Amino acid sequence: MTAADLPQAPAGRGLRGALSDWFWRNPGLTLFLMLLPPLLWLGIIYLGSLFALLLQSFYSIDEYSGLINREFTLKTYAELFKPANLDIILRTVAMAALVTVGSAVVAFPIAWFAARHAKGRWKAVFYLGVMLPLWSSYLVKVYAWKLILAREGILNWIFAKLHLTWLVEAWLSLPIVGGNSLSVSHTGTFLVFLYVWLPYMILPIQASLERVPGNLVEAAADLGATPRQTFWNVLFPLALPGVLAGSIFTFSLTMGDYIIPQIVGTSRRFIGQAVYAHQGTAGNIPLAAAFTVAPILIMGVYLWFAKRKGAFDAL
Amino acid sequence: MRSDKEGARAPLGLKIAAGLGLAFLHLPILLIFVYAFTTEERSYQWPPPGFTLKWFGVAWGRADLWEALTLSLKVASLATLLAMLLGTLCAAAMSRTKFFGRESISLLIILPIALPGIVTGVALRSAFSLAEIPFSFWTLIIGHATFCVVMVYNNAVARFRRLHGSLMEAAADLGADGFQAFRHVVLPNIGTALLAGGMLAFALSFDEVIVTTFTAGQQQTLPIWMLEELVRPRQRPVTNVAAMVVALATFVPILLAYYLTRDGDQTAGAGK
Repeated sequence: MTAADLPQAPAGRGLRGALSDWFWRNPGLTLFLMLLPPLLWLGIIYLGSLFALLLQSFYSIDEYSGLINREFTLKTYAELFKPANLDIILRTVAMAALVTVGSAVVAFPIAWFAARHAKGRWKAVFYLGVMLPLWSSYLVKVYAWKLILAREGILNWIFAKLHLTWLVEAWLSLPIVGGNSLSVSHTGTFLVFLYVWLPYMILPIQASLERVPGNLVEAAADLGATPRQTFWNVLFPLALPGVLAGSIFTFSLTMGDYIIPQIVGTSRRFIGQAVYAHQGTAGNIPLAAAFTVAPILIMGVYLWFAKRKGAFDAL
Repeated sequence: MRSDKEGARAPLGLKIAAGLGLAFLHLPILLIFVYAFTTEERSYQWPPPGFTLKWFGVAWGRADLWEALTLSLKVASLATLLAMLLGTLCAAAMSRTKFFGRESISLLIILPIALPGIVTGVALRSAFSLAEIPFSFWTLIIGHATFCVVMVYNNAVARFRRLHGSLMEAAADLGADGFQAFRHVVLPNIGTALLAGGMLAFALSFDEVIVTTFTAGQQQTLPIWMLEELVRPRQRPVTNVAAMVVALATFVPILLAYYLTRDGDQTAGAGK
């Protein structure tokens, strides 16, 4: 940059100079002015909506007229504990937990290899190999699984070629996980969730593994630990914050999703579908609002626990 | 060096598990590419009975698909612009000083993507209804911009932190006023991070479906078009083609964002 690009700007050089000087002399106010637009936006539009939603969960709906009764009541929350609704919440939490554990198991080797073994070119391959599926269209990914799990689709074809159709049949005849076909069973729902959220688990684990200094592993080896011992006593405990950080995503995303169980799954509902149905056709906003409070509370407890275990440092 | 040997000595089991994992991530998307060429119209039959290019022509001629695509591009562009403005302001302020409430503000920015999408969606929808704002193109933009801010913010804040305050002081010493310093010193330094953040925000908005279903009126973005096809399949071959095009289209901004932030710290996609 030459001096000509930056003409001399002595103080008090017109309005622009005065403004610039004012900003320089009042860092606090400048900070305030910079923060004002984003805070107004998020504060009014986002927090405002959230509070309005929370407020409406304390209203109730008149069962006969279908009108919303704007008086403070806990009746709507009591409705959450009806067996049918409680079932929905428990089913969702169980699915979220299973998806989290499943994705941690599948993600760990990928993250481990990418963090500690892949070098140069392979490092880039692994990075993009995780980023591309992460950022690919969510619906395209769900659609791909609809193709895979279809009765006439590729998975059944592979099992047939391997003469293992009986295995699929046996699995589908099991209670809870089974169903008429893979695309209308909880197994199918689980697989799609696992697939769609997997990259969110890989990235934080990889980040936490990358931060483990190489000499710790060497020290363990020098002290006579076998590779297995080194893994369980050194690497794994240090990667745990990463697993927890990833689980925040997988857990939260699974709990809030209403599209995957609608497209691949049984007729038994998840929280997201219940919210969608209650706010839509049923017009029962209070109950829908109360339903959304459930994942918020669960996530709140989860985040508090994760923060205590140091998961935020791994994000 | 020992650490180099560690790199060479990956256990076979680990190699296989990592390779299988990567394959698991990519094969389903590749499958879409095969299905786009199938001659089968009524089912998802595998293997495809034959291959044809016919459906590309059919999809090209579909007006509803074009309308959905244009709307998605418009929404994503506007939401990204808004998010870049708000996110950059926020990142600049947050990286300057430590102040009271800083932690709460960073939580507030992350909240729209930390909470399940359905919470954001229902909250916005009920707020719009309460305020009697009709659902339109603009409610869609408001919803999208809200969760896009964090993408720009994440990328910009990391770059701002590496930008030393002394640079601004040096510019001032050389006689630049605040605006000149921003234009000639700060902007060139944060430019690529902003661009990467903007591209990720664009990709996020372009693909978003959950908040979209709650904040759209009659508008049909491309994801909503796809969702309807998923729930009630009517033109499977056209959907196959659309899915393939969308998959290809999302690769471009991601690869670009990767190359833009490759030399800096890799914050490009840290947490969608």
